[in-house]
Amino acid sequence: MAILCVFLPFLGFLIAGLFGRQLGDKGAQYATCIPMILSAILSVFLFLGNSGIETIIPLFTWIETGTFSVSWALRLDTLSCVMMIVVTFVSTLVHIYSIGYMSHDKSIPRFMAYLSLFTFFMLMLVTANNLLQLFFGWEGVGLASYLLIGFWYKKATANAASIKAFLVNRVGDFGFALGIFACFYIFGSVSFDDIFRDAASHKDKIIHFLGHDFHAMTLITFLLFIGAMGKSAQLGLHTWLPDAMEGPTPVSALIHAATMVTAGVFMVARMSPLFELAPDTLAFVTIIGGLTALFAATIALTQNDIKRVIAYSTCSQLGYMFFAAGLSAYDASIFHLATHAFFKALLFLGAGSVIHAMSGEQDMRQMGGIWRLIPTTYVLMWIGSLALAGIPIFAGYYSKDLILESAFASGAHGHMLGYFAYAIGILTALLTAFYSWRLIFLTFHGKPRAHERVMAHVHESPFVMIMPLILLAIGAIFAGILGIDYFTSGAAFWGKSIVTNHSGHPHVPFVIEHLTLVVVLVGIGLAYIFYLLKPTLPGIMARKFKALYQLSYNKYYVDELYDLMFVRPSFIIGRIFWKAGDGFIIDGLGPDGISKLTMNASLRISRFQTGYLYHYAFVMLLGVFALMTWMIYKFLM
Amino acid sequence: MFGQLPILLTTIIFLPLIGVIFILLVPKQIPRFEHNIKNVALWTSVTTFVLSLFLWGGFDVAHKGFQFYHVVDWLPSLGIKYAVGIDGISLFFVLLSTFLIPVCIIASWRTIKTYIREYMICFLLLEIMMVGMFAALDLVLFYLFFEAVLIPMFIIIGVWGGQRRVYAAFKFFLYTLLGSVLMLLAIIAIYVQMGTTSIPELLTKSFPYDLQIYLWLAFFASFAVKVPMWPVHTWLPDAHVEAPTAGSVILAGVLLKMGAYGFLRFSLPLFPYATEVFTPFVYTLSIIAIIYTSLVALAQEDMKKLIAYSSVAHMGFVTLGIFTLTQQGVQGAIFQMLSHGIVSAALFLCVGVVYDRMHSRQISYYGGLVERMPLYAIAFMIFTLASIGLPGTSGFVGEFLVLLGSFQVNNLVALFATTGLILGATYALYLYRRVIFGPLQQDHLKSILDLSPREIGIFVPLILIVFWMGIYPKNFTHMVDPTVSELIKNFHKSKEHFPTKSVAEVLGLKTPDQTNLAFDNTKHTIDFQNDYYPEYEAKSRKAKNRNGMYFGYMNAGQFINSDRLDDEFVHNVDSKEKVSIR
Repeated sequence: MAILCVFLPFLGFLIAGLFGRQLGDKGAQYATCIPMILSAILSVFLFLGNSGIETIIPLFTWIETGTFSVSWALRLDTLSCVMMIVVTFVSTLVHIYSIGYMSHDKSIPRFMAYLSLFTFFMLMLVTANNLLQLFFGWEGVGLASYLLIGFWYKKATANAASIKAFLVNRVGDFGFALGIFACFYIFGSVSFDDIFRDAASHKDKIIHFLGHDFHAMTLITFLLFIGAMGKSAQLGLHTWLPDAMEGPTPVSALIHAATMVTAGVFMVARMSPLFELAPDTLAFVTIIGGLTALFAATIALTQNDIKRVIAYSTCSQLGYMFFAAGLSAYDASIFHLATHAFFKALLFLGAGSVIHAMSGEQDMRQMGGIWRLIPTTYVLMWIGSLALAGIPIFAGYYSKDLILESAFASGAHGHMLGYFAYAIGILTALLTAFYSWRLIFLTFHGKPRAHERVMAHVHESPFVMIMPLILLAIGAIFAGILGIDYFTSGAAFWGKSIVTNHSGHPHVPFVIEHLTLVVVLVGIGLAYIFYLLKPTLPGIMARKFKALYQLSYNKYYVDELYDLMFVRPSFIIGRIFWKAGDGFIIDGLGPDGISKLTMNASLRISRFQTGYLYHYAFVMLLGVFALMTWMIYKFLM
Repeated sequence: MFGQLPILLTTIIFLPLIGVIFILLVPKQIPRFEHNIKNVALWTSVTTFVLSLFLWGGFDVAHKGFQFYHVVDWLPSLGIKYAVGIDGISLFFVLLSTFLIPVCIIASWRTIKTYIREYMICFLLLEIMMVGMFAALDLVLFYLFFEAVLIPMFIIIGVWGGQRRVYAAFKFFLYTLLGSVLMLLAIIAIYVQMGTTSIPELLTKSFPYDLQIYLWLAFFASFAVKVPMWPVHTWLPDAHVEAPTAGSVILAGVLLKMGAYGFLRFSLPLFPYATEVFTPFVYTLSIIAIIYTSLVALAQEDMKKLIAYSSVAHMGFVTLGIFTLTQQGVQGAIFQMLSHGIVSAALFLCVGVVYDRMHSRQISYYGGLVERMPLYAIAFMIFTLASIGLPGTSGFVGEFLVLLGSFQVNNLVALFATTGLILGATYALYLYRRVIFGPLQQDHLKSILDLSPREIGIFVPLILIVFWMGIYPKNFTHMVDPTVSELIKNFHKSKEHFPTKSVAEVLGLKTPDQTNLAFDNTKHTIDFQNDYYPEYEAKSRKAKNRNGMYFGYMNAGQFINSDRLDDEFVHNVDSKEKVSIR
């Protein structure tokens, strides 16, 4: 059943990918959607059948040489089952949504095939039983993301964004790969079972690396976390995610919000037995997570592209998940991952519906006043935003509160970073509420700013697009209230799939428990004042705090900085190596130099052959003279 | 399974010769002259490939040493024999060679229009040389094939090449000549010293330490050029650019592997100590190759040149892996070579596809090809991904194992080499984007045709192999594994028999260092081993500590050379031939 669940999307990919032209658009849609639906149903059964003890389904050997042996296998435990449900459900809904969204595109089979391929890789990632298969899924989803971001290959920006996404991820994978090597160095294996079994006995080992002695566990987890930073767009390696919005909107919803970008969080949870042995790395995870949450939220405040706002919001929410993981609240982290998948996919697909209605417009400055025209989308966007902001009843409330309360409780237990994370979390919650309602007010309310022709054409999306949105909305409302008890019940629910020492629902003071809600309401209120009551206020603020506004609007100039530090120098150095290194020095001193030398020398020697008899006679005379001198010197003296 | 006919290997080596004879016999006057020649060449090479599959089927994994061993007296007065055989290392190189030749012939089916008879003969001769080289078990025979390979290649580049073909051919020749001469000298030295050139016999002997250094360097000069390692790589881009497509395929697919194969066959097992000494040197060159040439590849404007530079980077992984001397590293290096043989060959074929249509290799000349050539875009994408080592493709397994192995021995080296993951993806995807993606703007491309059935027929098997090697590499690694572990075991065993001495000392640049061996005199007892040392004119005995390191010689109970331990030594030895140190 698990094998079917994982490989059905792959089957869909093969059929749509290989026979897309023969099947036609409709055929390809059926060929991918039906396996996806089946896979989603199977994942529910797997989840229900999961008893908390991991089941490993071996497939066949992958790489085996000497003491290094890795097999393809599927690992089913609570963690992977939760992930499978999230992945297959969101993916199925996105598949169905895409039928409507992409209906005017001319390469539908290709698009559907890519989506299914992505789902397959993602399922391989979450069911991996060793680091290498995890890496297979890891790079595979990266590939699918690359292909889908660059789906509209004629757009130069889309191509640039797709390469950027792949390369920034590769920078992360660089760390991830080194982490795998270090793991093999210490444990002699990359299989999860071996690693977790031996983790305790190796916890004080030292690796000599870069001239320093490092605590082995810290080094391994740190290197692995660099991979997570790339995949989950954390501070420093986040630059690809906003650009990834060049891809079609369903892609943004599935890959760049709900599933792929959370792979980093999943990996940290999966490797939690190792991370628990490396307090320094955990501290680092907390700090990076916290900073990302805040950093991305401040950028989201000023962006005008509707998708970019949500993209930075995703970045920020991933920050939440990471600092929760950094504080050992892995259950809260995964819980937020699951609820986030629903409401963020909802927001993205809702934004897609808006874009669809506005004839492809993505700039919020060109929207406004359309809520009467597309009421269903409007309501759904409200639900998504309420869930994101963390209003009670909605899913985000439970998960975000759990994270913040865990952070506070961790602080109360003497872990200073707990308070740090809590403070950042509260501040970010304010910003989140503000930018979410800024988005809603700018998009749906106020005077219509779009061209009349566009406005005349505004229409609600077809049923095939609205239906997935409604299902996601149901998830965004109920996922939290239904899940909270299971997710916080520690080892009873999780088994051994994650470390549950610090899990459960912590008790915190009343004020702390309700501070989030207050802050969120303040955020919404502020957005209301800024964008509905006094629409001139944002402009005034932007002028007043010009430097800050510019910093946020230009995303802290990180892209420009990287361009200056890495991209350009690589090309310049490459050219220098090529022209000066290869051309001038190596060839100049090597083959070209030698042949030139030979040519010159022979040219000089050939001058002797002038053809004049007296020249030859003269040289001969010289020779005879020299010979005579030598003989006299040799024999007579 | 199929049993082992000793004659099989020799048959495979020389079968193409029969094809050559038939090609020469085809009369020029008959109407389908060219067609017949192509058919003869194709069917000969296909038969050879099918026969070579029996090598794989009949190969006995459990058997250590060489299989399909076939030996005939060749120059009896000198004791030089024609001896061929294969082990786990050479098996797949033979298969790679016999597989790529038919691919090349099909690839040139319509593109070569002049001197077809000579062209096909060149490829069949090339096949003989390549397979012979990988199977040779006699140094003289090896040298013969190793150098003779260059002749057909030289002609292929020089006759059917591009505009600057003569320059490229000469550059190619000049580089390889330098190495060849030194290797010939080294082979003569081996013959003089050991009295034999038989490889299995040499494998059982050990060379004096000083000689090892010189011989290693001489062989290195030849192999490094062939690999090619930085900084002797500049012939490769020119040779590739000027060679016809099929020439590039063979050059990248098989000829580049000869150098690395040489390291595995000679440098490591015959000169273990020198190998140990030069390992840091090879690491350095490999890392430079990976980083430097990747950056150079990024700046290229010519598709073939870009792929050529990427080959240098990929071969950097190979040399790195070989010299890690770990199971994973060496296995990874071999796997990387096989994978690179398929993938880079396929990439050159991809360039060939558009070159045949448009006669340009300039990247800027293309763009937006996916519009007109979706199948081509898919094939090119798969090979690009394999080239950047995406898990699930063949490229990943080799690269990963090499890096894994290198991390075990030196994690700094692994750190630098792993940057190749990023750089490799950069230039490959950047190339792909410029050629395949973007709007189709150029007018001359608007009527370009997608892959023909013949081209599809070439690419499909290559794609299948790429995935086979990536998803279930066991079929390959299983065969290679025992040979590699034997190689490494012998390496570590034979390495013990030599004293530590720096290269500078051997080359006379430095006087012997008295303190290069830290010796903890509280922990060791000393064993003696009888051995004859001509420099002490008598039966001397080597003193060895418990770690197996020799540090001195003893004569008649007295130390005549005890390196740095004079003061502390008890100079008289008791009857049990053990001394203890104060």
